[in-house]
Amino acid sequence: MSERLIGILTDSFGKILLPGLTMTIPLTVISFSIGMVIAVACALVQFAKIKILTPIVRTYIWIIRGTPLLVQLFIIFYGLPNVGIVLDAFTSAVIVFSLSTGAYCAETMRAALESVPRGQMEAGYCVGMSYMQIMRRIVLPQAFRTAFPPLSNSLISLVKDTSLAANITVVEMFMATQRIVARTYEALALYIEVALIYLLFSTVLEQLQRWGEKKLNTYGGQK
Amino acid sequence: MPMLEVKEIRKAFDGLKVLDGVDLSVEKGDVIAILGPSGSGKTTLLRCLNFLETADSGEMIFDGEHFRLGHVSHRDIARLRKKTAFVFQNYNLFLNKTALQNVTEGLIVARKMPRDKADEIARKALEKVGLLDRCDHYPSQLSGGQQQRVAIARALATDPEIIFFDEPTSALDPELIGEVLAVMRQLAEEGMTMLVVTHEMGFARNVSSKVLFMEDGVVVESGASKEFFENPKSERTRAFIRNITGEPAV
Ligand SMILES: Nc1ncnc2c1ncn2[C@@H]1O[C@H](COP(=O)(O)OP(=O)(O)O)[C@@H](O)[C@H]1O
Ligand SMILES: [Mg+2]
Repeated sequence: MSERLIGILTDSFGKILLPGLTMTIPLTVISFSIGMVIAVACALVQFAKIKILTPIVRTYIWIIRGTPLLVQLFIIFYGLPNVGIVLDAFTSAVIVFSLSTGAYCAETMRAALESVPRGQMEAGYCVGMSYMQIMRRIVLPQAFRTAFPPLSNSLISLVKDTSLAANITVVEMFMATQRIVARTYEALALYIEVALIYLLFSTVLEQLQRWGEKKLNTYGGQK
Repeated sequence: MPMLEVKEIRKAFDGLKVLDGVDLSVEKGDVIAILGPSGSGKTTLLRCLNFLETADSGEMIFDGEHFRLGHVSHRDIARLRKKTAFVFQNYNLFLNKTALQNVTEGLIVARKMPRDKADEIARKALEKVGLLDRCDHYPSQLSGGQQQRVAIARALATDPEIIFFDEPTSALDPELIGEVLAVMRQLAEEGMTMLVVTHEMGFARNVSSKVLFMEDGVVVESGASKEFFENPKSERTRAFIRNITGEPAV
């Protein structure tokens, strides 16, 4: 490796990591948090079979899961201005990633809710608890534990998917890398460098997942 | 006056008549064993009494209050459930709660009791079933017999007027049945009102005061347990008793 290349790589490390910390991570955290709220709400609507809302939720999940993220980003950022709705790039990305996380994690949460044994709900009724109390204290906590590994997967996917936001001018890690490549022509080395930084982020999340699973495991296996 | 009375309770699943006009009368302090072959509607009867299933029709009189089954409001259901408790065949302990939390949950959450008072009651209930030393264990860390005893403590703690038991020992290994039956016998002796679906003939004969024998959704015979076992009136009852006690059919 030439000295010039090493210089470029060390110099660019900070320049890539910085937007990682100020863009990629906030974009991921905000989108995932909003997405989880949507997911839990949609899962509960389906679990409780609420009449008018269930078909609306199903349609939302159908559309989001059936269309590419990149196309969704383009519709929101480049398309909506045609009808007078102009959103900045970051907001557009948050909207798209939240809706996407919401749709996928809603399915995860719904399956997890349905995996909680029926008797848990009935036992709750029998000790005098209301539907909402049982959901909040008994069913949802158990569902969250079941859903934790697949939800962690979704989070790790989201970190990587945020690179798509480069296409709508969000200056996150990938966009930052592209700019350095345009100046230095060191495509291979720089794209590997940014890949390693994504890998670093994912690895940290995987460790967090492992730690979280251990914490959640306090009450043992379901019988 | 009976504490709980049910008249002409009916329930069908997709046209299959599971309860076909069952009458039941429970006095305070009664321990009634509900017997009958599998599929005769025993579980459904208990579940209808606790509104886990909605009966199609029938009448319920609980503490002097009349209810038309199938038309009971959510508010009344919630109120009635707080006067009763249910012990399930497969325990149904809250899997994410310790033994102690299983018992306090209905007190703190459903009855808004302060935590220290709920803890005190729960500890007493767990002590009664001999599991005070297991109060911080999760259900997955308890044997079936222990789980069922926690479930009984959970039922007791809410100070119910009546406890429904649906085959409380059927899911247990034979060597664990005794510890659960012992707790139930103790409750019976203390005057707890209990409605117990069971296949334990020893319990029905020696602990319960009355027996209700069901088949195909109807009550075939009911009465004092002594009378039921020593002097069964119907041929079907005689056949059932012969069968279950393993005596040769004559
Ligand atoms: N939720 C249900 N849906 C349809 N059929 C049911 C349901 N619950 C019970 N049954 C039927 O009702 C009959 C009586 O069941 P059950 O009350 O469980 O009897 P038992 O407890 O005496 O064995 C059985 O034929 C059973 O298959
Ligand atoms: Mg049954």
